[in-house]
Amino acid sequence: MTKYRNLVAVIFMTIILIGCSAVAQEPVLFDGTNPVVLSFQSAPSDASIPEAKLITPEQLAKALQSAKQKPLLLQVGPHTLYAQAHIPGSEYMGAGSSDAGQQKLRERVTALPHNTAIVIYCGCCPWSQCPNVHPAYQLLRSLGFTNVKVLYIGDNFGTDWVNKGYPVAKGD
Amino acid sequence: MAAKRTVIWLIVLLCLVGLYVFSRHRTPQPKPAASGNLAPDFTVTDLDGRKLTLSDFKGKVVLLNFWATWCAPCRTEIPHFVEMQNKYGPQGFQVIGISMDDDAKPVREFYQQYQLNYPVAVGDDKLAERFGGILGLPVNFILDREGRIHAKHLGATDVSVFDDEVSELLAKH
Repeated sequence: MTKYRNLVAVIFMTIILIGCSAVAQEPVLFDGTNPVVLSFQSAPSDASIPEAKLITPEQLAKALQSAKQKPLLLQVGPHTLYAQAHIPGSEYMGAGSSDAGQQKLRERVTALPHNTAIVIYCGCCPWSQCPNVHPAYQLLRSLGFTNVKVLYIGDNFGTDWVNKGYPVAKGD
Repeated sequence: MAAKRTVIWLIVLLCLVGLYVFSRHRTPQPKPAASGNLAPDFTVTDLDGRKLTLSDFKGKVVLLNFWATWCAPCRTEIPHFVEMQNKYGPQGFQVIGISMDDDAKPVREFYQQYQLNYPVAVGDDKLAERFGGILGLPVNFILDREGRIHAKHLGATDVSVFDDEVSELLAKH
């Protein structure tokens, strides 16, 4: 038995390490309700959305992990993308460039205080060619929302969020 | 003997823990369709109402284009795909368009406006997942005559790349 004692110890330590890593990497789930005002850092600039209103995937992932109360996360891209992968707790609004998407977004926020922390995202296309985030952002601003952030997705949701290992959910 | 048995049980336990951890950490996104593998077969109905089955195109070099009407780089590529269909079609080349639009109406309008000369169908998330997830557009697969994935291109790609790859595959037979 002595002969195997070290081996047994190594196996036990390995099991404990695996267990710890499983807990540490558990995707962060939240329901996106009860939004509060959060502070964000700056992100890459864009012509029509002020730099201060952008948030990078890394910053958002950290904010979602650390904040006790989460911002309201709204996906303003196509449904085919949302159904495959979206940020857990985010709500599907429909394409921000479409009338239906704009209407749903308007209805979703109509009863919320204007200082509600809201993060919108799409990721259908490279940032400069995304047709959805700009109109969705402009709509929220025109409705008087003052704490709106836009997730800066440089290439697409797969490359900049999913493949980076940030939390993902799927389905309707 | 008892010690050996203990070690074996511990190894079995370790394997089970490993399997558990692996299953917990799988992301919803399937593994990307890999180069060299057969492309997943599928049947869809194209805009003209015809059944379109990928495996029916075996024997041809196929460019499978995932796109959408709202995707600017997709719209840039499509006129070139129309040209490629004209140029290489007689040699055994076929473009197939799978739109990821949420509804067929704008796809049909685009199809007519740009006079697409190849079949187009509207896909969905389930079809996209069979190809490793289409989590950004455009995505293009080049398939050889046996239906194997020769290349996968994510995002806007220089159109000369498609020409080169298709020419190379067509020249093989």
